[in-house]
Amino acid sequence: MSRPRTLFDKIWDDHVVETLPDGTAILYIDRHLVHEVTSPQAFEGLRLAGRSVRRPGATIAVADHNVPTSRGRVGAEADSIIQLETLERNVADFNVPYIPITDERQGIVHVIGPELGLSLPGMTIVCGDSHTSTHGALGALAFGIGTSEVEHVLATQTLLQRRAKNMRVTVKNRLRHGVSAKDMALAIIAHIGTAGGTGHVIEYAGEAVEALDMAGRMTLCNMSIEAGARAGLIAPDQTTLAYVEGRSNAPQGEAFVQASRYWLSLKSDGGAIYDAEAVLDADLMAPMVTWGTSPETAVPIDGVAPDPGALADPAARADAQRALDYMGVRAGQRLDSLAVDVVFIGSCTNSRVEDLRVAASVAKGRTVAGGVRALVVPGSGLVKKQAEAEGLDRIFQSAGFEWREAGCSMCLGMNPDRLTPGQRCASTSNRNFEGRQGPGGRTHLVSPATAAASAIAGRLADPRPLL
Amino acid sequence: MRPFTTLTGIAAPLPFANVDTDKIIPARFLKTIQRTGLGKSLFDGLRYDAQGCEIPEFILNQEPYRNAEILITLENFGCGSSREHAPWALLDFGIRCVIAPSFADIFHGNSLKNGVLPIALPRTDCEALMQDASMGGNARLTVDLMRQVVVRPDGREIPFEIDPLRKHRLLNGLDDIGQTLENADAITRFETARGAETWRTEVVL
Repeated sequence: MSRPRTLFDKIWDDHVVETLPDGTAILYIDRHLVHEVTSPQAFEGLRLAGRSVRRPGATIAVADHNVPTSRGRVGAEADSIIQLETLERNVADFNVPYIPITDERQGIVHVIGPELGLSLPGMTIVCGDSHTSTHGALGALAFGIGTSEVEHVLATQTLLQRRAKNMRVTVKNRLRHGVSAKDMALAIIAHIGTAGGTGHVIEYAGEAVEALDMAGRMTLCNMSIEAGARAGLIAPDQTTLAYVEGRSNAPQGEAFVQASRYWLSLKSDGGAIYDAEAVLDADLMAPMVTWGTSPETAVPIDGVAPDPGALADPAARADAQRALDYMGVRAGQRLDSLAVDVVFIGSCTNSRVEDLRVAASVAKGRTVAGGVRALVVPGSGLVKKQAEAEGLDRIFQSAGFEWREAGCSMCLGMNPDRLTPGQRCASTSNRNFEGRQGPGGRTHLVSPATAAASAIAGRLADPRPLL
Repeated sequence: MRPFTTLTGIAAPLPFANVDTDKIIPARFLKTIQRTGLGKSLFDGLRYDAQGCEIPEFILNQEPYRNAEILITLENFGCGSSREHAPWALLDFGIRCVIAPSFADIFHGNSLKNGVLPIALPRTDCEALMQDASMGGNARLTVDLMRQVVVRPDGREIPFEIDPLRKHRLLNGLDDIGQTLENADAITRFETARGAETWRTEVVL
């Protein structure tokens, strides 16, 4: 009998075109997602070398990072317009399928991939964006790449890769009411650290992971890169198949049946060896919030900022003090005492209709606290349409939230939605790095429920009493 | 890609762990459609105040480190985004080698593809090199890729590891795409064999 293999091993083995003498693999890429920020120099590279796109039909382009999310998409900055126009010219010149900004299917690349069935289980999926790990929720090997690699995939439909190591994160038991996949992701990162998954692909397993819906699984896999892992994976199961079936680019009929058989076979074999393991208990998890400038600085919502003086390593002590100073938080201060200026519900982490439903259930019949700006930014035009069909937009707007057009918005300060220096934000996005949401902005990473509760309370707040 | 063989230059100490890609180059500078011109925005949030004036305490605002070609730093350098603008900004500033105890995966790969050499050394070696670097212009370091050693100002050598394929490509300034296309027949054979799997659909919009 052959060696037991992990889910990652199986997908990897099925995509190796050739192994070079030094062990590097030429890995075949099934789906390449392209956006406006990390592709211009790649297309320019093709032009300069006189190369074409090997498989336009395996490629899909959409603009998301730069697009204004205002009604009518007004207010794009001049340099953003250049980047958006450059993408339009490149997809035309190289015959790449493209979803224009005016199309209702436009949205954040990591939301539309699964939504349109462009991302499927068992595929290799890449994009010039580190949150490509999101698509691992489907049981696809999906990871972010740099622009040189974008050019490499466009030209060859392959990547040169060394096999990553296997890591399994098992979350046993079930999440409690009011605790979400985002809280699970933050709890995992706090446990293994921001470099805990470096060099590994993380497979998420256990009862709590299996119990997540697809939106929750996408949130969890999305944050893998915040633990240093380029990819996160969850084995395809009936939840996966039910999600994929009927999507516009998914196989139909007999092809779907055949594919399903293959997809279900991808789960890790009993006895497969992992290079690293972590086990957490969902029953012990609470709504989480970050106090610092790394996603690993997550603590329960009723927790306090730590005392750097308690750290033995001088460099770690200096880093923690710098983070507290930047965030305007005192050692020992309760996080739920911090008043917020802005609340952002959106991003590739938490902008799916399931996320908006939870946030709306908190917002319903309540009012955003005075002086707080609260934004809700659906992940795609189709998410927006579905939310509006359910009346979520009216709930948000009656409560005083802004209801905006799809895009990356305030996750990363590349479009008009950004924090001003010193502003404090409860954000459902993925990174709380210095300046991430705008120079001098202070980001606290939270779940959609916690974000909505914080908007109502005017300070970081536990959503459980409101759910 | 410009070949990387031997580099002798000023090294700047940056004694922080987890220096993320937003610190290296904030997202608002990613709106360029070129690879060059990002050096002036390298470490923008650390280097300039809200008015855009240089912060004198920041190492790269001090002589001789304005001309640094090597950066010595701590764990998990380059964590965060996949933006290749991070090594482009380092390169445009003039930094061609980063030495740290560990690197984030995507940054590590992106650097190698741009002729920026990431060298992973034990923390104690990094701390010793930071001591050397703090002596400024009197303490040039040499990075010899062929021999895989960092030479300290007093002549002592610290060996480092590098993937042989990557070393070969850096030494010769080789581009990956040309090399991969030498295997174009194997890629075509792979695609042909895949043809029967009808679920791997072409994009239909």
